[in-house]
Amino acid sequence: MAESDNIVVETAEKIFADLADPQTINNDKKDSWRAPLWQALSEAGLPLSWVPDDLGGSGAGLADGFALLNAAGRFAVAVPLAETMLAGWLLAQAKIASPEGEMTVLPASPRDRISLDADGALSGRCRGVPFAKAAKHFAVLAQGKDGISIALVDAGKGRIESGLNVGYDHSDTVTLDKVQPVTIKPAPKGFDQTHMMLMGGVARSLQIAGALEAMLDISVRYSNERVAFEKKISKFQAVQHNLARLAGESAAALAAATSAADAIANAKSFDDEVYLEAASAKIRCAEAAEKGGAIAHQVHGAIGFTSEHILHRFSLRALAWRDDFGSESHWAVELGKLVAVRGADELWPLVASR
Amino acid sequence: MTAALRFDPIRLPEKCEQLRKEVRAFLAEEIAAGTFDPHKPNREDTDAPEFSRRVGAKGWLGMTWPKKYGGQERSFLERYVVTEEMRVANAPTRRFFVADRQSGPVLIKYAPEHIKMDILPRICRGEICFAIGMSEPNSGSDLFAAKTRATKTDGGYLINGTKIWTSSAHIADYMIAIFRTSQPTKENRRHGLTQFLVKMKQPGIQVNPIGQITGQYEFNEVVFTDFFVPDDHVLGEVDGAWKQATSELAYERSGPERFLETYYVLTELVRAVGPNPDTRSAEGIGRLVAQLHTMRRMSVSVAGMLQAGKEPVVEASIVKDIGTVWEQQLPHRVRDLAAFVEETATNRETLERQLDFAIKTAPKLTIQGGTTEVLRGIIARGLGLR
Repeated sequence: MAESDNIVVETAEKIFADLADPQTINNDKKDSWRAPLWQALSEAGLPLSWVPDDLGGSGAGLADGFALLNAAGRFAVAVPLAETMLAGWLLAQAKIASPEGEMTVLPASPRDRISLDADGALSGRCRGVPFAKAAKHFAVLAQGKDGISIALVDAGKGRIESGLNVGYDHSDTVTLDKVQPVTIKPAPKGFDQTHMMLMGGVARSLQIAGALEAMLDISVRYSNERVAFEKKISKFQAVQHNLARLAGESAAALAAATSAADAIANAKSFDDEVYLEAASAKIRCAEAAEKGGAIAHQVHGAIGFTSEHILHRFSLRALAWRDDFGSESHWAVELGKLVAVRGADELWPLVASR
Repeated sequence: MTAALRFDPIRLPEKCEQLRKEVRAFLAEEIAAGTFDPHKPNREDTDAPEFSRRVGAKGWLGMTWPKKYGGQERSFLERYVVTEEMRVANAPTRRFFVADRQSGPVLIKYAPEHIKMDILPRICRGEICFAIGMSEPNSGSDLFAAKTRATKTDGGYLINGTKIWTSSAHIADYMIAIFRTSQPTKENRRHGLTQFLVKMKQPGIQVNPIGQITGQYEFNEVVFTDFFVPDDHVLGEVDGAWKQATSELAYERSGPERFLETYYVLTELVRAVGPNPDTRSAEGIGRLVAQLHTMRRMSVSVAGMLQAGKEPVVEASIVKDIGTVWEQQLPHRVRDLAAFVEETATNRETLERQLDFAIKTAPKLTIQGGTTEVLRGIIARGLGLR
């Protein structure tokens, strides 16, 4: 997944460079960048990358879509691109066609549930739903008496309590109270909320890795410009070693995320090995967001703490993305349990299987 | 262009998995035969000459080298599998590890043909042990401050001076060392050092063991007094060792040994907490496994770069930086998590004994083979900061 090695990423990077330049967006107090960016992405078919042609999408592969999300992270893209992609992917699992416009997914946390009652109505409360306020539709995973269903829901039918995550993007609470879906179909055999959360977690991992790449770039550039004590600060060993650690965190995040993406893109089923990859990516990328982001800020000093500077667009979003689709604490507990159940002598075979 | 380094998701090919089964079966037999105890990383004597020969007989030493030198012409990824399985099993690899990892490749690149034909097949058979003569009493990380002299004489050089912290010198048959053949120049302070092949166990070389804080004697002081090295034992360019050091580092710094040195305590912790861990233990284990998995994926990726003929020195430095800091912290994190392990856990004593040893081992991990500070300097150079 090197940069620009496929047409999807190339197309996206052109659009991001033209319409999602972080400095331009940061200077724009009226949000006038938002509509043209979404329109350009939609016209290029990118939000429905993971939806097959016959269900209304552009039918790019999983791998291309993950690479696209990594690129989106490098620009700290703040429109519901990842969310609409995930929603389209979820609907496609049940062969439900995707409508036009912004979407997001319910639930967005492994701790929340939407239930399906005997009348075919959906109920439940989901916290931390990214971009719910901007969405025209929700893709919903619901638990019913006869198993798991996937539904398309008109966003106007839900009650939304608006909120913001630490990156200043919408992260809302959505309540469905006996809502009739537009379409509902059973999920494929074996598909459950854990799969959906792992998929969302890997999407977020790639975005975090992209944001860290950008933080490394702008930190290196800044250290080569800023002069203190009559030297560029890049010449101070303490600064060099901090930046070396940031490069390590960025590399670890990217390695974990691309490995998990590759695992999912080539997986026949969500077995323990894919679980290890996906959960590890979310855990390690979240840790890197904390450690790496702190270094990027340290290198920038006070200027990086201002709202005028673009650093926070990356650092705060990377921190916010940790919370979606299960935090690193959640996945660490789940992965730890899985390892414990398999037993001590099965740990190395699991790690070595990847 | 971004400064970020990519570690592409290299997967081990199918044939590696067949090989892995063979290695595991071989190690299981060795354990059953009493060659070593995988639960005892702190064994008294880590040198196992007969085991070394049996590994050689399997074709697992010098596996990537040309067949005419006794090698198998297999891939770096296959070698990777053998190395990691040996490490995880706590197999006694001391006798062959350095020769297989880096001395052999240096000889292949710089030694004259008749020396390669003589020595490389013996490494492949597991018969000989190598040491690396880099550090001196006043020259550690600052390699180019080395003072041990090689003075030109008839047909060769006379060596005088002292190498120190030399692992395995007490059992080694050969050493690859750097000696000073000229003074550094004003323009280049790295000029004037030459790489030599040294035959050990001869008059003129005195090996003095140095006790370590773990209670082991694995490194040594090596004193050379008018020791003669013939001309054909010069490796590469006279005065130009500095040009030869870099590619070696990629081999030395990215392997599984750079994060698996204390791995055994994690296995033992998982055994101690059992199948129903409390939330605290589960989260702690989960994080450690996620970190381990990520490092291994990075390390395998570097093996893939080596296989593709690249020299990923910066990538290897990142693996060693993150990997050694992790394996250094691991025994302490395991100790934290083991604080509430049931008194009745059957392996409690084993875990405590292992922790005791791993905690004593930990300080060296970020020093040997390139300190954290040196590694971060290399990474910073790669970022264009110096």
